Amino acid sequence: MACIEARGLRKTFGTTVALDGINLRVEEGRILGLIGPNGAGKTTALNAILGLTTYQGELKVLGRDPGTERDRLMRDVCFISDVAVLPRWIKVSQALDYVAGVHPRFDRAKAENFLTKTTIGRDRKVRELSKGMVTQLHLALVMAIDAKLLVLDEPTLGLDILYRKQFYDSLLNDYFDRSRTIIMATHQVDEIEHVLTDIMFINRGRIAFESTREELESRYVEVTVHPEKVAAARVLKPFHERELLGRSVLLFDGVDRQQLAELGEVRTPGIADLFVAVIGNQAGPAQGAAR
Amino acid sequence: MNSQSQAIPNSPRGWQALSDIPWIHRFVWCVQRELWENRSIYIAPLVAGALALLGFLVSMVYLPGRMRAALAGNAGHEWELIQQPYTYAALLVMGATLIVAIFYCLDALYGERRDRSILFWKSLPVSDLTVVLAKASIPILFLPLITFAVTVVTQGIMLLLSTLVLLGNGLPVAPLWAHVLFLRMSLMLFYHLVGIHGLWYAPFYGWLLLVSAWARRVPFLWATLPPLAVGIVEKIAFNTSRFAELLQDHFGGGPQGLDFSPESVSMEVTPHFHSASLLSSPGLWIGLAITAAFLAGAVRLRRYRGPI
Repeated sequence: MACIEARGLRKTFGTTVALDGINLRVEEGRILGLIGPNGAGKTTALNAILGLTTYQGELKVLGRDPGTERDRLMRDVCFISDVAVLPRWIKVSQALDYVAGVHPRFDRAKAENFLTKTTIGRDRKVRELSKGMVTQLHLALVMAIDAKLLVLDEPTLGLDILYRKQFYDSLLNDYFDRSRTIIMATHQVDEIEHVLTDIMFINRGRIAFESTREELESRYVEVTVHPEKVAAARVLKPFHERELLGRSVLLFDGVDRQQLAELGEVRTPGIADLFVAVIGNQAGPAQGAAR
Repeated sequence: MNSQSQAIPNSPRGWQALSDIPWIHRFVWCVQRELWENRSIYIAPLVAGALALLGFLVSMVYLPGRMRAALAGNAGHEWELIQQPYTYAALLVMGATLIVAIFYCLDALYGERRDRSILFWKSLPVSDLTVVLAKASIPILFLPLITFAVTVVTQGIMLLLSTLVLLGNGLPVAPLWAHVLFLRMSLMLFYHLVGIHGLWYAPFYGWLLLVSAWARRVPFLWATLPPLAVGIVEKIAFNTSRFAELLQDHFGGGPQGLDFSPESVSMEVTPHFHSASLLSSPGLWIGLAITAAFLAGAVRLRRYRGPI
């Protein structure tokens, strides 16, 4: 069974099309990165998956309809939409008590264990914690929930690099196993690159690009071309070209690596470079609202 | 990492085998959450009770004199003076919790959207219905009960103090207890708070909660202006004020034909008569049906309303 399956997922806000008929299939055990510019429809797509917004089209999450079975679904799905959503008045101990009280899959010992590695006191209130500490607390709560699907929407926005790194390390080392699925939206592409198994670019409410990481590594090649071989390289139909320090960097899809190696220095493109190439090729301002 | 936390990702997960949490437990945790967040629910009545006691303590200076005058025979007025503080204490606590109830309701479903914490609450398996019912139970059930408890304790302390002062001055205690009917007063208070402040006013709280779930800004204005507008439009259109009268009839008192002024409630009318007439009053049931409709609307709105 696919973890998430969407067909013709569509959502409009007035005349603005936030999601323009998306087809999506996420298998169990994957870590999917949903990458796109602001207002591309990332959050709208995630909100539809979480049953937080109405939508048109077909959508099944863990075999359930998020529109009608949200209450049941939330026992198996957990999400962090921006870490700044923990209520400011709540004490750390109260947050633990509450989640333990209402969530059948919450392992309090695990959360406590995670918190002992931080400097967060149990009787502190969220408003007294730094933003990084609030993230740690939220992460401690969420990672102690034995969920099948974890949805993260810009989970590290506004955090410094230390906490961002810690966040993804904890997620991978202490939380992720092959039976869970994680889907995360972000535009801080570089930091999550190594974490992802699947990549999806979303632009103007449509899926602009999708690939597994293995496929990406085998198909796409970036070549920093020797100046005298630029013309020869262009014959091979690069799908994107940019200048870097006075040299042409060409991006190829499905061209033999050996052949390209003769033209210059070859490497696997980073997701950020690929993103710029794909989205840049579809010129025009992003539409839709970041909601 | 201890062995317990290690075991979880590695062991085969029995998704279905995990026992679920009973609904009532979730509900109780939701109520607990409200008490954590809104401590004024119990602090305000406690402060009001303490203030009443403070005032009463000062008045103790005059008690022996009043008692002597009352016993001397020019009865009516002096007895009133001795009874009054009990009624005022009850009114003070009631007034405090009524204000708390209004502001609580207006913020209950608005505040969590404004501070975005709704995204955290909604990431947990608690249905919108459970949350809205827990929030509605605060003004309809818990605030009346807390008001009752605080008032009874306050009045009990007052009666005890009076008794001690009278004994200390060598005055008889029996006449005091004969005029301040503590048990009956408490029964009447309980009925008044649970029946009237809770159930009879329920549509009022339901309306405030609905507005709180709906408004994007200033829920207070959205709660007050539309009823006012309806009244004014009716006045202009038909030169009548049925809507205003309806509201006044319902919230100005209790079931028709009964006097619900505090004096009569706390001292005179018998509880049996009251509760029978309340339960057989169509006004109560119509009000509760309207409350249910308002709350259903609030549940529906909370389902898809995001942070603001």
